[in-house]
Amino acid sequence: MKRAALLMALALGACSGMQTPLAPAADQAEQIRSIWDVMLWVTSFFYLLVIGFLAWAVWRRRRKETAPPRTQVHDQGLERTLAIWAGMIVAGLTLLISWSFLVDRSLASTQDDQALHITVTGAQWWWRVEYTDGTPDKQFETANEIHLPVGETARIKLMTSDVIHSFWVPNLSGKMDMIPGRENVIDITPRKIGVYRGQCAEFCGFQHAHMALTVVVESREDFNRWRNHQLTPAAPPASPKHALGKAVFKAKACSLCHEITGADAGGRTAPNLTHLASRRTIAAGTLPMNRGSLAGWISDPQAIKPGAKMPNVPMSAAESDALVTYLESLK
Amino acid sequence: MSRPPKKPTPGRKKPAARKPATAKATSAETDEAKTASAAIAKPVLEPAALEELKETWKDAPGLWGWLTTVDHKRIARRYIVTAFIFFLLAGLAAVAMRLQLSRPENDLISPARYNEIFTMHGTTMMFIFAVPILEAVAIYLVPLMVGARALAFPRLNAFSYFVYLAGALLLWVGFILNIGPDVGWFAYTPLSGPEYSPGHRTDVWAQMITFTEIAALSVAVNIACTILRMRAPGMTLSRMPLFVWVHLVVSIMTILALPAVMLASSLLMSDRLLGTHFYNAAEGGSHLLYQHLFWFFGHPEVYIIFLPGVAFVSMIVPTFARRPIVGYIPMVLSQAAIGFLSFGLWVHHMFATGLPRLGDSFYTAASMAIALPSGVQIFCWIATIWSGRPVFRTPLLWAVGFVITFVIGGLTGVMVASVPLDLQLHDTYFVVAHFHYVLIGGAVFPLFGAFAYWFPKFTGRMLSERLGAWQFWLFFIGFNVAFFPMHILGLLGMPRRVYTYPSGMGWEPYNQIATLGGVILFLSISLFIFNVFKSLSSGAKADDNPWDASTLEWSTPSPPPPYNFHHTPVVDSREPLWEHREDLPVMEGLATKKREVLVTSASEAHPDNRQSSPDPSIWPFISALAVSGVLIGTIFSEWAFVWGLIPLTFALSAWFWPKRPRAGKSGEPH
Repeated sequence: MKRAALLMALALGACSGMQTPLAPAADQAEQIRSIWDVMLWVTSFFYLLVIGFLAWAVWRRRRKETAPPRTQVHDQGLERTLAIWAGMIVAGLTLLISWSFLVDRSLASTQDDQALHITVTGAQWWWRVEYTDGTPDKQFETANEIHLPVGETARIKLMTSDVIHSFWVPNLSGKMDMIPGRENVIDITPRKIGVYRGQCAEFCGFQHAHMALTVVVESREDFNRWRNHQLTPAAPPASPKHALGKAVFKAKACSLCHEITGADAGGRTAPNLTHLASRRTIAAGTLPMNRGSLAGWISDPQAIKPGAKMPNVPMSAAESDALVTYLESLK
Repeated sequence: MSRPPKKPTPGRKKPAARKPATAKATSAETDEAKTASAAIAKPVLEPAALEELKETWKDAPGLWGWLTTVDHKRIARRYIVTAFIFFLLAGLAAVAMRLQLSRPENDLISPARYNEIFTMHGTTMMFIFAVPILEAVAIYLVPLMVGARALAFPRLNAFSYFVYLAGALLLWVGFILNIGPDVGWFAYTPLSGPEYSPGHRTDVWAQMITFTEIAALSVAVNIACTILRMRAPGMTLSRMPLFVWVHLVVSIMTILALPAVMLASSLLMSDRLLGTHFYNAAEGGSHLLYQHLFWFFGHPEVYIIFLPGVAFVSMIVPTFARRPIVGYIPMVLSQAAIGFLSFGLWVHHMFATGLPRLGDSFYTAASMAIALPSGVQIFCWIATIWSGRPVFRTPLLWAVGFVITFVIGGLTGVMVASVPLDLQLHDTYFVVAHFHYVLIGGAVFPLFGAFAYWFPKFTGRMLSERLGAWQFWLFFIGFNVAFFPMHILGLLGMPRRVYTYPSGMGWEPYNQIATLGGVILFLSISLFIFNVFKSLSSGAKADDNPWDASTLEWSTPSPPPPYNFHHTPVVDSREPLWEHREDLPVMEGLATKKREVLVTSASEAHPDNRQSSPDPSIWPFISALAVSGVLIGTIFSEWAFVWGLIPLTFALSAWFWPKRPRAGKSGEPH
């Protein structure tokens, strides 16, 4: 455990800002972090006691004797020590159980009834994100990227459209499963502006490894700007090439599954692409958002993410080029 | 059956001459007079009687003997060898995973194949290696430790092995034919249900569960019954070796826990095969039902694997510390407490499913509470070494290595028992590290210790101490190098069961260290296999009691004869071979011309009656074939269940066909 503490310190120094519960950026992760600290100290203390006693036992009598073993033994002293040891364990456990219980109570208590309401639905292998506050014309859908205003509680409803997934952004909060037939809820109160990565934590089939999401914590102003932009329909094509791309999107299989608001494409089984180019990644965190990734992904999704539900759609180089250009314009 | 008039009077026996003195045996009602006279007559095992005993208990030669034997030692040996071979296969699966994870975005193994490999690794380790091999050691040793000639149900034992073998082969042949399961060793619905797992992959998994659980349950009732009713006269409950106590607790746990997983897998089969909706939320079923059933088995399972490790260490430590265990009674109470508590904490695998939070807290407390009995046992072992005169041979090295590693696993277990902390650590590599420290630290270290310790008894040959020490150090270092970095990976947010990961997460160095550790472990296990083969061909011969240990299995030759003991030992202390160094008391009166065992009372081990023990039979093998036919057939058609019952009924009827009383054969006791 001491080794653990040392290595942990090293790891943390090198990797702050990574996907880790040890660098909390929200109230929930912060509170859980406090349990980790207490746990690490208490368990390290007990581990050192055990190893110390073991080392003493081994070195104390490290000599060979051939006398036959005694069968009459007097262990009253050791038995008293055992009672003290048991008492220490009980005390340590009481501390840990109480601490864990109090944090758990505080996490479970209602945070804020002014919370921002979001529904995240897991699917093989991406995340549908719906902002459900306000009247229907103030609601919108996006995918694989969540924006949260700093300092405000977001209440995230967790659902699934197929198998069990688990929503986990370690820097912000613990994980919570998405189970068919159940609705789970998780509260996140972010405290630090930044971009945090999360990923599915329950094995969900072929591409469980490539089911990540991005959480952007930003100021209220930036959040409002982003939200207002998400509410707008997709920009109309700015050039003939864009128009060709849009036509390809509608003529090929794309629009059967994907939605682009304002472009007459209403598929609901795959991520909403209305503002695709405003996101940081594509294919649920598999590739960074850029022209090359888009082109590669469209030409052969099964090579990049084998088993993904998006089929290889045959198209000419010109069509593909136009399609990528169009998608790139969906800021 | 009537109670015997008296407790048997211990006789005296000179080991050199192997001549027992007068001892009073018990008898069934009609044989009382005859047996009594046998006891009064000169109680020497004549060479003729010894020949009779050998003749009575011997197996047919060749393959027929292999298929029909009911000798618990032969069956245990093949159980151990089979389980160890599957351990090697599952270990190779682990090496494949480590190679795949040694680089980010590695394409050595495809996601589909990787999912199959980690499913095979987990399933094999849990169901085909860990439980069977630990039970197998118990099958070998429990009758010897309690001074019995055989297990309570020798044919059931043979049946259990063949069923187990069929289940193990089903899984691995399925894997080779590319219909191996790919939904994890836990096979959560709906991923494993008919909609998301078409084909037969999951069926293979579910039926393998049924196979191995039938086998494990058969062993558990066998061991429990042997322990409760077949202990040597005088071996009261409070004189039972701790090994035997553990296996009593484990058998009861097995009997209570395993039906839950058989139910889970049978309902899954029913959903897949018959179109029921137990696990279909859309039709009123529940996915949490599956998880509850699975973990109601799954958590006791961890202790069913860990407690036998406790049993090994509890035998090794006193022998090499040259003194009885410190705190026998606290040890027994701790084992029972672990067995009891282990049924109250399955929900800690489900904290992230959104169950009511206040209720979860109960399971936090229950999970952490297990640290108390575990801590008590750790203290008792160390205190035994502290107050003894330890002799550092390989088995003791493994026991010390066990304490150092297992305690880390236990303490990380306390961490993940906390609901909020578990929400961060659950399903990450931290948990992978945790349970490998518990299962390898808590069961595999003691198991290698047990191999080193009992190998002379199993084979009559000593293992090389030098190679053994090398193997230990390679294993100890390799294990920690492989699994310690996984704690850090988990804290850096790496989830379990991912076939790859992006670069730039900071995970590469720890994954590479872990892969290196895997290679060292591979070397260590290769060295062990070399040591075994070297010892079998040219190892030093072992005498009856090479370690000067205290329990009854060391009072009989190495390896023991088919009938285990010439005479049933009589016990009057917890360390019979230390108490009676030259003259272990024995009793006689068991028949030599037919297979007979002594049945004693459950708590005080008063002789109760003599019972005949079954002869070798082919029917357990045939019955196992029939059961396998039913279970494998149902993967492909529900009608296999109906038609398969016909050969099964036939085989079981033949197995249990009542024997005609052997009337009027002169010269036999009865």
